[in-house]
Amino acid sequence: MSASIESLVNKEYAYGFVSDIDADTIPKGLNEDVVRLISAKKNEPAWLLEWRLKAYRRWTTMTEPHWANITYTPVDYQNLRYYSAPKSVKPLQSLDEVDPELLKVYGKLGISLNEQKRMSGVAVDAIFDSVSVGTTMKEELSKHGVIFCSFTEAVHNHPELVQRFLGSVVPYSDNFFAALNSAVFSDGSFCYVPKGVKCPIELSTYFRINAAETGQFERTLIVADEGASVSYLEGCTAPKRDENQLHAAVVEIIALDDANVKYSTVQNWYAGDKEGVGGIYNFVTKRGKAMTNAKISWTQVETGSAITWKYPSVILQGDNSTGEFYSVAVVNNKQQADTGTKMIHIGKNTKSTIISKGISAGQGQNSYRGQVKVLPKAENARNYTQCDSMLVGNKCGAHTFPYIEVGNNTATLEHEASTSKIGEDQIFYCKARGLSAENAISLIVSGFCKEVFKELPMEFALEAQQLLGITLEGSVG
Amino acid sequence: MLKIENLHANVGDKEILKGISLTVNAGEVHAIMGPNGSGKSTLAQVIAGHPGYEVTSGSVIYEGADLLALQPEERAQHGIFLAFQYPVEIPGVTNAYFLRSAYNEIRKARGEEEVDPMDFLDLMEQKIKLVEMDEAMLHRSVNAGFSGGEKKRNEILQMAVLAPKLAILDETDSGLDIDALRIVAHGVNQLKRPDNATIVVTHYQRLLNYIVPDFVHVLAAGRIVKSGGKELALELEAKGYDWITEAA
Repeated sequence: MSASIESLVNKEYAYGFVSDIDADTIPKGLNEDVVRLISAKKNEPAWLLEWRLKAYRRWTTMTEPHWANITYTPVDYQNLRYYSAPKSVKPLQSLDEVDPELLKVYGKLGISLNEQKRMSGVAVDAIFDSVSVGTTMKEELSKHGVIFCSFTEAVHNHPELVQRFLGSVVPYSDNFFAALNSAVFSDGSFCYVPKGVKCPIELSTYFRINAAETGQFERTLIVADEGASVSYLEGCTAPKRDENQLHAAVVEIIALDDANVKYSTVQNWYAGDKEGVGGIYNFVTKRGKAMTNAKISWTQVETGSAITWKYPSVILQGDNSTGEFYSVAVVNNKQQADTGTKMIHIGKNTKSTIISKGISAGQGQNSYRGQVKVLPKAENARNYTQCDSMLVGNKCGAHTFPYIEVGNNTATLEHEASTSKIGEDQIFYCKARGLSAENAISLIVSGFCKEVFKELPMEFALEAQQLLGITLEGSVG
Repeated sequence: MLKIENLHANVGDKEILKGISLTVNAGEVHAIMGPNGSGKSTLAQVIAGHPGYEVTSGSVIYEGADLLALQPEERAQHGIFLAFQYPVEIPGVTNAYFLRSAYNEIRKARGEEEVDPMDFLDLMEQKIKLVEMDEAMLHRSVNAGFSGGEKKRNEILQMAVLAPKLAILDETDSGLDIDALRIVAHGVNQLKRPDNATIVVTHYQRLLNYIVPDFVHVLAAGRIVKSGGKELALELEAKGYDWITEAA
């Protein structure tokens, strides 16, 4: 046993934990000692522990927000476990051991057999393509000076970068969930693209191959230095289960002068059963800051989770900066989503685009909530918002909450909204051409979402489209 | 090919078809005529399997099997094609993509291999000439913003690509100017083969100047009240429907 682990074990004991507890988990509940313990287990520097503690102390003074258009059983924060070391799962021997339902979904998504194995935890041969591809990518990235690693690694290997940017866009005091995340975050990803470098690889591709184990409180920090650019994709179309019901992630993006960051998400966490039992509560804070001439673009496809509370936003700090938000949110059965964006125009000639497509089926409730704020000094700000809702069936709901605050009369804002119902006549038309109901819905819905799908990295666009079809399966006739 | 016997069908509680019997053989063109509200379109929709109609009695045998037991998509996969009176818009889905999806799904159902986008585009380019449509239409959303005539031509394009055994044209002539009518009719005639059949549902005789039927049936109040050859259509044009419907 290494010295550091030994000291940890002793520390645990010193804090009075009963000795029969597995060394890699800690008791339920949250207090300063738990925060210290998490930090110690990760062997973090003092400044980070200090930051976590400040966040924790602030969190204790905050109350859970209830303005969103969602209802759920209250979370008992003292009944959660805030740290467990990544478990080593015994690999399965073949796909025969994997849940056939899961394989069916993989098949429908068109995921290759090798990838199916990897995603379902089947042991793969060491010469399996992705391993070598992964290594090649890592070499390629480091050749260009791009840092792409786990958050924990970044804290140890690039503390100056983490310290400089952590909390600079989403301060720990930002909101209840962000404060909680700041206090107890487990791990996440860190990406830094140096000055003038165009990241040579779509980091989405990388992610497909090294699907990082995402924790309950994930923390991501992406920095594109001056003139740099990067495209990043998190998540996966394959369904993902997690025993932890509460997820509170934070993602911060910093695009310095002339930088360009494109961040895409496909979220397909467990949504609960048809009656709404189980399912992930997904309370996420995502925000980017764009400096002069910089551009930040969010694209999200949200199909999973029982509850989604998420507003990827852009602070348009620098002159001529651009913010974009493209979103598809689907709710079926008893899922609820309250999602949208905030575009804060601070610099001159700043420009933002919001395209939101909400699809509600079953008894799902889907809300778009968006804020466009133009500060007094933001001369010539421009925003275009398009917000479309589609209803499938009679028991679902679509809601729109746009907030517009304009403090400068040179601003130009456009807002378009529409609500449509997927018609029996459309479905019959498709069927009369030989398409199954399932394919018909998938086709109609993907047509509805076209403007968003075209923003996704190529290889994901088709999968996302299939995913929509699967999510809406059984919602019509 | 198709044998309809004593077919009754309802919308809600209202009986629309009140005992239709009709036999269509390969190679034949049948025209179904009749005044508004006689049940012409209902017959077309029932054959295609529209869920809004309930068959209360009677049978429809297609190629020796019970057609009514099949889902609409299965009917299409077995070679039945309905050219809609009111083609439906599907925003965001291109014509080419829609047709390729349909084409491949039908091929898949028949155990044939799917066709890749490039080969399919070649097929489309060849078929689109038949209806004198601009190729740009292939890349526009299905029927969205199409004029009435464009929608109808698009239906015939779909028919040309899917090459059905039994095509039903539901008032394809309504709302067409004379040029469009000629183009649509030309398309249909080009697609005629000895092993397929066409049912033309129409209110007016004028389409039948271009698509010459082997048989004409007059539908009134849910029944076929008169059948005859192509000359019956001309007679109807001259005398109207009253003399038949009253006699019936």
